Amino acid sequence: MIQGETNGPLLSVRGVTHMYGKRIGCADVHFDLYPGEVMGIVGESGSGKSTLLNCLAGHLVPDRGEVLFEMRDGAVKDTVTMSEPERRMLGRTDWAFVHQHARDGLRMNVSAGGNVGERLMAVGARHYGGIRAEAVDWLDRVEIAESRVDDRPTQFSGGMQQRLQIARNLVTGPRLVFMDEPTGGLDVSVQARLLDLLRGLVREMGLSAIIVTHDLAVVRLLADRLMVMKDGQVVETGLTDQVLDDPQHAYTQLLVSSVLQV
Amino acid sequence: MMDLRENGPETATEMTDYNFAYLDEQTKRMIRRAILKGLAIPGYQVPFASREMPMPYGWGTGGVQVSAATLTPEDTFKVIDQGADDTTNAVSIRKFFERTAGVATTEETSKASVIQTRHRIPEEPLREDQILVYQVPIPEPLRFLEPSEVETRKMHSLEEYGLMHVKLYEDISRHGAIATAYAYPVKVEGRYVMDPSPIPKFDNPKLEMAAIQLFGAGREQRIYALPPWCRVVSLDFEDYPFEASKADAPCDLCGADDSYLDEVIMDDSGTRMFVCSDTDYCASRRAAGHVGAQGAIEQEGAA
Amino acid sequence: MIEIEGVAKTFTLHNQGCVVIPVMQGATLSVARGDCVGLIGASGAGKSTLMRMIYGNYLAAEGRIVVDGVDVVQAPPREILALRRETLGYVSQFLRVVPRVPTLDVVAEPLLVLGVDAEVARNRARALLTRLRIPERLWALSPTSFSGGEQQRVNIARGFAHDYPALLLDEPTASLDAANRDTVLELIEEAKARGAAIIGIFHDEAARERVCDRVVDVSAYTPRAA
Repeated sequence: MIQGETNGPLLSVRGVTHMYGKRIGCADVHFDLYPGEVMGIVGESGSGKSTLLNCLAGHLVPDRGEVLFEMRDGAVKDTVTMSEPERRMLGRTDWAFVHQHARDGLRMNVSAGGNVGERLMAVGARHYGGIRAEAVDWLDRVEIAESRVDDRPTQFSGGMQQRLQIARNLVTGPRLVFMDEPTGGLDVSVQARLLDLLRGLVREMGLSAIIVTHDLAVVRLLADRLMVMKDGQVVETGLTDQVLDDPQHAYTQLLVSSVLQV
Repeated sequence: MMDLRENGPETATEMTDYNFAYLDEQTKRMIRRAILKGLAIPGYQVPFASREMPMPYGWGTGGVQVSAATLTPEDTFKVIDQGADDTTNAVSIRKFFERTAGVATTEETSKASVIQTRHRIPEEPLREDQILVYQVPIPEPLRFLEPSEVETRKMHSLEEYGLMHVKLYEDISRHGAIATAYAYPVKVEGRYVMDPSPIPKFDNPKLEMAAIQLFGAGREQRIYALPPWCRVVSLDFEDYPFEASKADAPCDLCGADDSYLDEVIMDDSGTRMFVCSDTDYCASRRAAGHVGAQGAIEQEGAA
Repeated sequence: MIEIEGVAKTFTLHNQGCVVIPVMQGATLSVARGDCVGLIGASGAGKSTLMRMIYGNYLAAEGRIVVDGVDVVQAPPREILALRRETLGYVSQFLRVVPRVPTLDVVAEPLLVLGVDAEVARNRARALLTRLRIPERLWALSPTSFSGGEQQRVNIARGFAHDYPALLLDEPTASLDAANRDTVLELIEEAKARGAAIIGIFHDEAARERVCDRVVDVSAYTPRAA
């Protein structure tokens, strides 16, 4: 549950580079993520943070570099070169991806229960009662009432949709969660509730997570570590509070000093 | 039956303006290759270059092309539409091949060597010297949940079939039981999930049979196939097992209690009767002396 | 427990003409188990800066800051995080929490993170909140809506929830009434008694007299203007 349970990193990123033609998406990114660690990636739009996230999650193929993931059996595999079936299997089991827009991560024409149950059925669950009970349990964990289990996401508020997306992703007990602006577009009050929920789940499940956001308040509350990107390059990394309170790089200082005080 | 030798145009008896069975030989060869590939990979949807046929899409253009590529002058051809030989669709297709191929036609299941069907499997068990050709509107079983063809092809190739059970899950959560009554998805030989065309799920157990089964989707340009006796399992949940259901009544004409029934509304006051959807099966039972509740009153041709 | 040697700190303001401001140099200090050292010096002399460097919140420009064998200046983030989780506690002047989280859970969190059973952690939190006179009716509410003094006490309760072997206290008694001030000093004395190494900033001289074994004037480490 606590980091340090295994000795090696869960994810090792080595020189990951992705180009859009001649334009840099992200360049030569290195880092290790250990079990239980939550890392934030911040930067403005176009800084390459989403490109990097998609390279790590297997949605984009990097032009260079390795993304080494420690499988459940302890073997370390490069997810860039592994076979597609294996990578997609990871995507349904050990990995989770929370999209900024819930409708990108949900099946809008399928009930909440079906949305949560899909990953279970994808890995072979064939007992309706069991799948439904698990779905109800997860809806409860993300604070959605059992009575809504047969409702479709279209009938849910934005915050509920986002919580449903999280339940759908976490039901198979993943070890690594990728989040792309998980609180983007939500009301501030809804954001707080979601952040609290995510923090609790990360702690209880011992999740490792990589969170891409431009919201510094979000990373301060969620992330242990921070990576600051600009023009596809990593310009600064470190402990979240250290990077935010004592930024070293010119760009980070600008970023931090640009936040409006409430 | 299926004869890969080329049938020269001279074999067409009446319509010398057309090649035998309407399609040109190159097209038939292309379709036959697709059929053979389909038989080699049971349940796999083989793309083929579907031709314009002299009938609208949705009227069986896929089945007609498969039949055209399958028929030989010696074949005896039968067409059924929802089990009946005498509906517009069945009559038109039968006439089409009478004129363009000059093949013998029949309404008797046992006498036919090639049977084209829409939405039913004949009640009488088929033999290994028979071919059943299905008309398929939408060949992709995953389509209603996943609109992207690129994605569904990938799901098939990687055997990612969780989504199929999501559909069944939704059925149960909404209706308390698997409400899918037709086009009920099956898994073929433990590999491909397949849409058996909109046959009632009552027919699903019959998919494991002695005859070759060919499926043609004209608009969607796909052919797939089941070789004789290949394993076809209807998807279900452990606690909601598959049931091959039918109306709980015997046929009012022939008294059969083992055949799939159509419900027929008789008058404005809601009187109804159940009759075999397979007209040949019903007729041959009555000819053999079986009588249902209303069979004595009804005269032939009433249904 | 805490060994500080030759620590310097500069701030480089890239966006204001790359001004480099040296704020500390040559800071050297050692705190043993059970020891409490008070930092003194005029406002702006760098007391909080030094404390933040020990916690890893500020990056030291040079020198060594070794806490329980970990050099905070060089250690990778996850080692510092582990140190903060298990060894090094910090009571800052500001409470920073996720809005909406109940006070009881805010206080129990350092224990929950260590994997302590939720009920055990909450019981410990209840005991501390009771000692610090936070009325029970407030426990289920988020401390974000509390008064400054209440927030300060919640912050202290949180800082003392886990028996950290090393503690950093930034003005723990400021804005507290006499009774609560006394409770906080008791907590500090108890921590010393169990062997915690403590570095504190106390403007309250009487409090400093009572708990500190010695004081260090950080003005001595202020760089001479070039």
